[in-house]
Amino acid sequence: MIAPALLWTLVFFVVPFAAMVLMSLAHLEGREVVQGYALDNYLRIFTDPSLRKGIFVSLEITALVTVLSVLLAWPLAWIIASRVPPRWQRLVLLLAVLPFWTSYVVRSYSWALVLGEKGVVMNVLVGIGLLAEPVQIMATRAATVIGFTHFFVMLLTLTIYSNLIQLSPNYARAAEDLGAPKWKVIWLVILPLTLPGVMTGAFLTFVLCIGDYITPQILGGNNELTMPQLIMLQLGRRGDFPMASALSIVLMAIVTLAYLASARWLRMERV
Amino acid sequence: MRLLSWAYLVAAFTFILLPVVVLVVFSFQDSRLPVPPFEGPTLKWYAEILADRALMEALVNSLIVAFVSALVALVLGFLAASGLARVYLPGTAAMRALLIAPMTVSYLIIALGLLQMFNTLGVRPSLWVTGIGHVVINLPLCFAILYAAIGEHQKNALKAARDLGASEVQVLWFIAAPMLAPALGAAFFLAFTFSWDEFIIAFLLTRFDVTLPVEIWSMLRSGLSPATNAVGSLVFLVSVGIVLVLEFTLFRKKSK
Repeated sequence: MIAPALLWTLVFFVVPFAAMVLMSLAHLEGREVVQGYALDNYLRIFTDPSLRKGIFVSLEITALVTVLSVLLAWPLAWIIASRVPPRWQRLVLLLAVLPFWTSYVVRSYSWALVLGEKGVVMNVLVGIGLLAEPVQIMATRAATVIGFTHFFVMLLTLTIYSNLIQLSPNYARAAEDLGAPKWKVIWLVILPLTLPGVMTGAFLTFVLCIGDYITPQILGGNNELTMPQLIMLQLGRRGDFPMASALSIVLMAIVTLAYLASARWLRMERV
Repeated sequence: MRLLSWAYLVAAFTFILLPVVVLVVFSFQDSRLPVPPFEGPTLKWYAEILADRALMEALVNSLIVAFVSALVALVLGFLAASGLARVYLPGTAAMRALLIAPMTVSYLIIALGLLQMFNTLGVRPSLWVTGIGHVVINLPLCFAILYAAIGEHQKNALKAARDLGASEVQVLWFIAAPMLAPALGAAFFLAFTFSWDEFIIAFLLTRFDVTLPVEIWSMLRSGLSPATNAVGSLVFLVSVGIVLVLEFTLFRKKSK
């Protein structure tokens, strides 16, 4: 009974992945892939400035987005869990994550619409006199970060909210009875108790953000390329499958490292 | 503090809902650019996209691939979950890990791997190949949801049915499936939305029979247009509809 699912995973996931590892050791001669067993592609990723830069661009954007999303989502989740009347909470939460369910492409397009030179944001900012003339946001890193943060604030609000409502109200009550002011209750009692939810959400954010091609491609443009953009460029420009494979494996290695780091951190937190 | 909370809530909602509101509002724009000032409303862009053959074909393709891949993932996930939950074999943990593994890998990498494999085998990109990719990403999801839904009570019922002489098929059809109905529904609808919205796998693994997100992607190349807003609004509507169905079914389960 388990066999069909295992077989499917084996044939369409494990085998392609193994083939990708092999492919990353090959190289291109003309337009032909020549199988070899050399680490040249990996060496090039870390020495070629344009490729190496991709790793840093991806890491910087992902780190910034993860931190920003946690900082914005936590208060939102807390307000929904503790300020909104219980019978409205589900509805408010549903509304707060509604755009989460639009397709990636459509969501990024909507931001292109909003952030463009003639878009709503520039119209309002210039209209109320905050800006003398429109500033370019589209096709910069700022647009990518805004588009990503929008998505991951929703994701994190979900994970942190579900963590918050599972907490017993007794913790906060005990701290209040013992004379702690409200902000101290939040900062020293509630916040630490939500760290597992925050960490899970932050890890998901990291994984999905660093592997996404659409948002940086639509909003960030071609000025500075992230790793997924570089992978697609290798495929599109000259069908350099070996290089695309090597880049993919480096990307996976980064995700694995992030997992190991956060898993260890979480376990320490529980002890 | 209270005032600050409400102000933050309003600000957060503005940020979250702004792009969707702008998307929908300017799909009714009565000029060539979906940017302020708003003129209209008009339904002409909806009329235009509904008359667009390529777009409608992509829509049908998306529905087909979402339905079939969600169903296949559901059946495979259901079989695996009820199998793994009932018997303790050496290597159960390893099998579980293997089934969940694709969840941790970026869609782009899954797509690239499949593209290379099918290239080597001489299989051309098509809707079928995309469907295979979508089952790969949705199988872990279905498996995880169903596996989590099988508690002690369910396990005992499955074992009891087997002990009382029910065949394997009877156990699955008469015991497991009805007992897991809410989880089966949730898993199917989630898998359906994920496939319906998925872009990168469909982009790399289709050539002519593209799905809707890929078709929208190619519309983007010609710049901003209210027609794209109209398609985007429709896609959004479908996704939200599915989520509401899901919310409704989960809600029903809760109130029981």
